[in-house]
Amino acid sequence: MAAKKPKTVNRKAPAAARAKSARKSVLLVATRKGAWLYHGDAARRTWRADGPHFLGHVISQLMLDPRDGRTLLAAAKTGHLGPTVFRSVDRGRNWKEAARPPAFAKAPEGEKGRSVDHTFWLTPGHRDEPGVWYAGTSPQGLFRSGDGGVTWEPFSPINDDSEYRKWMGTVQDGTPDGPKLHSVMVDPRDPAHLYFAMSGGGVHESVDGGRSFTPILQGLEVVEGFDAADPSFHDPHCVRLCPSNPDRLYQQNHCGIYRLDSPSREWVRIGKNMPRRVGDIGFPLVVHPRDDNTAWVFPMDGTTVWPRTSPEGRPAVYATRNGGKSWQRLDAGLPQKQAWWTVKRQAMTADARDPLGLYFGTTSGELWMSRDEGRRWSCIACHLPEIYAVEAAEFV
Amino acid sequence: MKVLIPGGLRSYTERSQVEVGGATLGAALAELERLYPGIRFRIVDEQDRIRRHIRIFVNGAQLRELAQPLAAGGELVIVQALSGG
Repeated sequence: MAAKKPKTVNRKAPAAARAKSARKSVLLVATRKGAWLYHGDAARRTWRADGPHFLGHVISQLMLDPRDGRTLLAAAKTGHLGPTVFRSVDRGRNWKEAARPPAFAKAPEGEKGRSVDHTFWLTPGHRDEPGVWYAGTSPQGLFRSGDGGVTWEPFSPINDDSEYRKWMGTVQDGTPDGPKLHSVMVDPRDPAHLYFAMSGGGVHESVDGGRSFTPILQGLEVVEGFDAADPSFHDPHCVRLCPSNPDRLYQQNHCGIYRLDSPSREWVRIGKNMPRRVGDIGFPLVVHPRDDNTAWVFPMDGTTVWPRTSPEGRPAVYATRNGGKSWQRLDAGLPQKQAWWTVKRQAMTADARDPLGLYFGTTSGELWMSRDEGRRWSCIACHLPEIYAVEAAEFV
Repeated sequence: MKVLIPGGLRSYTERSQVEVGGATLGAALAELERLYPGIRFRIVDEQDRIRRHIRIFVNGAQLRELAQPLAAGGELVIVQALSGG
């Protein structure tokens, strides 16, 4: 199991992190029609657009390898061609396709095998495992690369395990554009301690480097009438591990916002403390890199037929500073009415600066940021395609 | 055999027509992959199924299986984007 907690949690950025602010801030924006890089100045006040890259490709995520500060991976597909992963080792100047993108094992003769429709999620491996990456796909599958994303292999037994396959369901059981394996997380204290979540199939933990996984379901609610003991009926939207306290996870779920504090195995529904008229349904969730009591969510209208818009057309981020005991609405600078966009699960993120910057991209193609942890928002870009993912990174 | 490449795949071949050998569709696609790495997986999935939005014709007849034989001297046409509207 995981190592001990850090002894202290200091919300101020350590000297090393402050020194890193000399590095170049970049926002990695993945959209339904391509990818953009937004290069920020030192004060994060002006942003230079670099793109489109892969115009016309559906880019589910664009991710920097924080271990070298220059390698980028992009999960791509088009409307008609199969999925792939593109890789750049020079901060996005040149791209080369993976030699072997994520793909399921070929099924034995006479059996129907699964095919990757798109790679959805990319996670760099542990800092002590350079070159290791994990990927989650739709249909739900887990993949690993040991060579920086050049070649990928199915990872762990879950892709073909009969019980996991039952929990994963079919393409009809999940998200409208296909169920997704997401939120792959590596404990910064232990590369063998892994988590992942499935948009249809629950949250799962491994303490043996992925040789086996166990569902963590206790305390999570499911849609009324379904069996909460069956992972099939659990729909996590986004799960985040607190870097300052890796024993703490936050989860935005189809049925509320939760927190888990290991070694407890029970999720606590902290979303009950959200304003009733806003509710605690949404997709993205962001944790503070230095404060495990601080997290941000972006609530969505999940009533009736699930409009998937901002509640009442009034978008807002909500923050907790006390582990979910209370929530504060943060909408200064955001439209105050008739704004019917929302934010997808990978499209809200934070940088590591002090004060911390928060960023989100909308389904209507706007890129927003706050330089003061959400107190005031400004629009960086508009008229982009529908934004699927935003990552705040630093080029070395 | 002459192969006509659709626009979406010309980032691999950098031209609209290429020449490959092969007695079957599978062999021709393997040759295409050898010449232009990565192109096959955009056309055929990991279960050796031709992808949903791709069609392949030889001399006007549609091929659905990789094992189907190719007549020497024919023209292989790879088509995308038949779906949509």
